[in-house]
Amino acid sequence: MNLAAILPELILTVSAIVLMMVAALGRRMTPVTTWASVAALIAACFALLGQPQSAGALFGGLIVADGFGAFGKLICFVSAAVAIVAAHGWFERGSEHGAEYPVLILFASVGMAVMVSSTSLMTLYVGLELSSLASYVLASYRRTDERSAEAGLKYFVLGALASGILLYGISLLYGFTGTTGFAGVAAAFARDATPSIGLLFGLVFTLAGLAFKISAVPFHMWTPDVYEGAPTPVTAFFASAPKAAAVLLSTRVCLEAMAPATDAWRQIVIFAALASIFLGAIAAYGQTNIKRLLAYSSINNVGFALIGLAAGTATGASAILFYMAIYVVMTLGAFLCVLRMRTADGQPVETLASLSGLSQTRPALAWAIAFFMFSLAGIPPFFGFWPKLLVFWAAVGAGYYPLAVVGILGAVIGAYYYLKIVKIMFFDAPAEPYGKVRAPLETALIFLSALVISPVGYFLIGPLGRLADNAAGSLF
Amino acid sequence: MIAVISFYLFAAMTIASAVLVIFARNPVHSVLWLIVSFFSASGLMLMTGAEFIALLLVIVYVGAVAVLFLFVVMMLDIDFAQLRSGFTRNLPFGLLIALVLLAEIIVAANARGAGSIIADKPPEAAQPNIVALGEAMYSRFLFPFEIAGLILLVAMIGAIVLTHRSRGDVRGQKISKQVDRRPQDAIQNKQPAVGQGVKL
Repeated sequence: MNLAAILPELILTVSAIVLMMVAALGRRMTPVTTWASVAALIAACFALLGQPQSAGALFGGLIVADGFGAFGKLICFVSAAVAIVAAHGWFERGSEHGAEYPVLILFASVGMAVMVSSTSLMTLYVGLELSSLASYVLASYRRTDERSAEAGLKYFVLGALASGILLYGISLLYGFTGTTGFAGVAAAFARDATPSIGLLFGLVFTLAGLAFKISAVPFHMWTPDVYEGAPTPVTAFFASAPKAAAVLLSTRVCLEAMAPATDAWRQIVIFAALASIFLGAIAAYGQTNIKRLLAYSSINNVGFALIGLAAGTATGASAILFYMAIYVVMTLGAFLCVLRMRTADGQPVETLASLSGLSQTRPALAWAIAFFMFSLAGIPPFFGFWPKLLVFWAAVGAGYYPLAVVGILGAVIGAYYYLKIVKIMFFDAPAEPYGKVRAPLETALIFLSALVISPVGYFLIGPLGRLADNAAGSLF
Repeated sequence: MIAVISFYLFAAMTIASAVLVIFARNPVHSVLWLIVSFFSASGLMLMTGAEFIALLLVIVYVGAVAVLFLFVVMMLDIDFAQLRSGFTRNLPFGLLIALVLLAEIIVAANARGAGSIIADKPPEAAQPNIVALGEAMYSRFLFPFEIAGLILLVAMIGAIVLTHRSRGDVRGQKISKQVDRRPQDAIQNKQPAVGQGVKL
């Protein structure tokens, strides 16, 4: 057995267990666990390099070490590390268990690593459940705050329901194929010209369970409430790593396990994609809370990623990888800016009204937020435009012109609320200014992510595109 | 012969005790009948050769779930007479759900067109299924098994993080301090004069 191929997971698991013991010493250990976890995640990123990471099927085909998995793990580990850094200084005040926060993120990262590399319905489920269970706890981390407790409870109950739906689908797939491996499921789908009703039911239920995890419409209802109620660093985490992992997992399930039944799942994916784009764009109009607004933005963005999946080609898979990588940078940058929204005495504020006239009180922050909003809206020349172009290009390449046209229409509608924030910041009368926050590392991260999504980011097209193409190639 | 007799014995016990769960007036008796029902069902499982499920029924359902029920029934102050009072009012709704379930069962029983169910290769007949399960779990499925262990660990950490609070008024035991304590720190010798108390 080649343990070198699961080295990233081993590093994270061992460090999580050790840090759990360290965290038991009390809250004064918070800085230790924080920086040790970040170091472990960086070490896991470096462990992704090298030959063993393309070793192929492991553990009798339960998981696989390939380019696709490595790309997904890289996204997840980096965003998890940023989520830990963002929480530094957030949980140290007023929370007894700040030291356990990075430990739970590490366990969630192990779960996500298993998700993106699973090639069996069984590992798919345990990976998903590991990352979800850690997420439920993280959502209600500020347990004295009613909204946080509500978010945790809602997430838990609906997540359990989604797990039930997913398991039902998995059990049907297992019953009608006799195997849980993706290759075996694909062989069973390929056996008949039209898949049997039992197999189709399994496919629909499995996709519905996965759609909940990526919060695609019509399984998105939990997203705004959970994103609003959860502590902001946790929301930043939810919007980045687990979402990217679930999107990549769905991609692998559709393109590997259900490839022969592409016609069956494509209509579901197209519906979810367009519904997510339009609902994410339209429902965001009335929002007054920036975290709720970013929740709808994440629903909207998942819709665009699903357009790449609907194409069902290697170009489409590569576009999804590219899209998720850039989406994660934009989202984390936006949430790092939201973390800066605090009153003079350090209390967090989340209303859009408090952003009013920010360009006069805090010009640098206003420009950073404007960058992220323009990029999330996909307005050229910002780099957020390029991944959107890639997914539409993939849809057009597969011959789905109407899908691409309707998707572009949705992008235009969605641009409205992103631009509304820019208008509030630059053209409205100044509100009470925010308090100063001294966090040089976070400032550097905001600057770095703003640089990536600025027109300078186009230099990344070459290397990132090659990585994404290579990763997508391992699926076909 | 003995197999047939014991089958009918267990089957009758299962059904009779399940009926008594519903009809017992005392909720504690209901739970006790439930335990009897679980035991008889596990006997049935044992007879079909599914000894793992039989043990699971006894260990998990009798050992944990039923005892938990018993605790809930005894600890919580639930007025069961009041719970039962809405029977006639809720009867139409209950019947509706029963009909829907019946329809589902009939449809499911006739769902032959759904495709053929394919069984995974069964374990060797000579091998008890506990051995087969154990071998599969610790060799073929070691990886998901370990991840399942991590899930339980996360559940434990989560429960502690969400419910534990350190209280100022609790006096914990500090063993090192106790061991470090010497007689001369703890004992004072006083020689009070006659008729006078000791001031500490």
